[in-house]
Amino acid sequence: MLENAFVGTRRYFTLLAVLATLSAVGFLVYLKQLSFGLGITGMSRDVSWGFYIAQFTYLVGVAASAVMVVLPYYLHDYKAFGRVTILGEFLAVAAVTMCLLFIIVDLGRPDRLFNVLKYPTPNSVLFWDMIVLNGYLFLNLVCGWFVLEAERNQVPPPKWLKPLILLSIPWAPSIHTVTAFLYAGLPGRGYWLTAIMAPRFLSSAFAAGPALLILLALLVRRYTKFDPGREQIQTLAKIVTYAILVNVFFFFCEVFTVFYSRIPEHMDHFYYLFYGLQGKGWLVPWMWFSIVGMCIAALLMVSPKIRQNETTLALTCGLIIITTYIDKGLGLISGGFVPNPLHQVNEYVPTVPEIIITLGVWATGFLILTILYKVAVSVKEEIRA
Amino acid sequence: MADYKNEFGWFAPKPTVEKKIYSLKAVAVGLGIFLVVFGAPLLLNMGQVHPVPQPSLDTPAIQKLAEKERQCVEPTEWMRANHMQLLWDWREQVVRTGERYYTTSQGKKVLASLSNNCMECHSNKSQFCDQCHNYVAVVPNCWGCHLPKEQNVAKAEGK
Amino acid sequence: MGINRRDFLKLAGLLGLGGKAAFELVLPGEVEAAVAKTQATGTRWALVVDMRKLTDKVAARCIEACHSLHNVPNYLEPPDPKLALSEDLKNRWQIKWIWSDVYEHAFVGFEQDHQWDKLKGMNFLLLCNHCENPPCVRVCPTQATYRRPDGIVMMDMHRCIGCRFCMAGCPYAARSFNWRDPRPYIAKINPNYPTREIGVVEKCLLCEERLAQGQQPACVEASGGALIFGNLNEENSPVRAALRAHYTIRRKPYLGTNPQVYYIV
Repeated sequence: MLENAFVGTRRYFTLLAVLATLSAVGFLVYLKQLSFGLGITGMSRDVSWGFYIAQFTYLVGVAASAVMVVLPYYLHDYKAFGRVTILGEFLAVAAVTMCLLFIIVDLGRPDRLFNVLKYPTPNSVLFWDMIVLNGYLFLNLVCGWFVLEAERNQVPPPKWLKPLILLSIPWAPSIHTVTAFLYAGLPGRGYWLTAIMAPRFLSSAFAAGPALLILLALLVRRYTKFDPGREQIQTLAKIVTYAILVNVFFFFCEVFTVFYSRIPEHMDHFYYLFYGLQGKGWLVPWMWFSIVGMCIAALLMVSPKIRQNETTLALTCGLIIITTYIDKGLGLISGGFVPNPLHQVNEYVPTVPEIIITLGVWATGFLILTILYKVAVSVKEEIRA
Repeated sequence: MADYKNEFGWFAPKPTVEKKIYSLKAVAVGLGIFLVVFGAPLLLNMGQVHPVPQPSLDTPAIQKLAEKERQCVEPTEWMRANHMQLLWDWREQVVRTGERYYTTSQGKKVLASLSNNCMECHSNKSQFCDQCHNYVAVVPNCWGCHLPKEQNVAKAEGK
Repeated sequence: MGINRRDFLKLAGLLGLGGKAAFELVLPGEVEAAVAKTQATGTRWALVVDMRKLTDKVAARCIEACHSLHNVPNYLEPPDPKLALSEDLKNRWQIKWIWSDVYEHAFVGFEQDHQWDKLKGMNFLLLCNHCENPPCVRVCPTQATYRRPDGIVMMDMHRCIGCRFCMAGCPYAARSFNWRDPRPYIAKINPNYPTREIGVVEKCLLCEERLAQGQQPACVEASGGALIFGNLNEENSPVRAALRAHYTIRRKPYLGTNPQVYYIV
């Protein structure tokens, strides 16, 4: 099947070339980071995680959301999704790959990466994160690939695949739960110390992931002969609607608990993000845009008219992707570290090299995604022919 | 547009898609590039002669010792083969268990420390350590943190 | 809380060893700690800071003693003026094993509208608390940081992968990361102690290398009596005497980390 990746239109190869170039530029800047150290980023003694870990957190959600197409198809026998499961699974493969790359570029000593395997430490959540992420990558790659191959050969998928597919369903929320536990279990970080961290992660993931999948499905329909289907997109839209509503609800649950209890160590992070603290707060406009935009998007999605019109649906999905990204990407990490445990406000702003490396990783992920989607779409076109 | 099925248990009579035969020329070119890239180190070094290293024991600390006491913590032959493993073990032992002494095979207790024991005698790092390491192209990463103390010796010898 | 936990662990014992793995995740090291506690022998190092004797001058001496001994780089005042950094970078890259900060920062949440005059702006000496229940050890994925039987929260710089999870875990901001090569910023390198490479976390190790030789930590030695160091398990040790005779406070005790640096105010 892979041979389908080597033939294609000029547009396909141009896209690959652009992504490969961006990825190579990112790699060159990464070499600079390797030799100088993580000092080329904006991270500091006080904000010791930044842009990389933020992307990682967001993309774990995107990866986990593949379950939203796999689950209805395999557990509820919702036949329509048979056509798009492969798009969800391959999106998950690309997203998890980006997650792993973001962890690697964030390590101070990537040469010692395998110490995590050499000295396994079950009391560290990072150890479990390593297991669930790699497991999820494996499951999606194997399930996606073999189902697609069986489909091309017009034979039933191998029998041994079914348990793996079923396993991938609970595995998906597990990756995002474990990722939430990275933050939620730390004493003295008021912003993260909340039991609904994992549920919040899942709700924003199940909104942002399927929203991205809708946009990808629309692109696939536009640029290939394969149509993921109107019904499929509409069902995904309903999933996005419920998830984004729950996500907004969870946010206000958080706000109530923090501000009604009035515990300073929990309030101060919200003050920093939405109001500014000690005269600092570059994230304030971003955070307001994020939460107001998210509320508006949720309301828009409730309206059947807007949801059923694919242009307004695409725009609303775009808004959801951006607003959840700001909330989880920019706000979550910075907001957790500022103010620091000594109640000082030292802000974090990503630097240019940091952003180039980040773009490089995204480009690598989209390169993988493009190739995988090309393979999948070619098979679908071939069958139809 | 007819929908297709890929649920479990569904068979279609159509045979599997036949495998394509790939261009032999392209495969040969690919193999050629692979061989050149991976053979480059061998090709580039072919015919070159590197002098065999001669690590020297001529340092002030060793000279000060009586002829009889001029022995490392273990016999020279053993050290030549196993010093890396010994240093590795010392590192684990000192950092992880807090035990700072090593008992030699002769029953002597010595300080298990690269900077504060090995380098006291072998104060000629570039001559004693680097020469062999360069010859066999290994780069031990000890010196990013631990100090060879060579400058001190150079200073002492200068006056 | 200790009694409840012990009962809880007894129950866990009944459930058999299979439950131990689950405990490792939720209460790492607690099973061993409960067993060790019943023996209560051996050493448990602790530090008492006597704020009545700790002037700013003494504090500066302690910091200097520690940082010069352990090759801690100085990004605030680089040895070579050509290496001077912007205010932003100074702040970001700073490495602190032991440092001074005001009461309002050291004891967040302890502020009162009306309080003892002297407390306002009083400079406390801060360092790793060598917690009995350290979050940094709990989160480390490689056991590069771990708790020694004598209570020192130790760092294995050979094993650290630089994930900085411990920095997120520490509620006292006691940990620093090497964002760049520190060597150019060390005024005078002490050849008997290693420096650090880029990409690893470091912090106060309670001078474990000096303790091994029967010496006191460098800060204690330089403090002229303002810092009291000793073994908590020994009835007559100076720390026990100080804790018996004075009211002491600790940083963020409510987090349950059980910090082992005490302050006489």
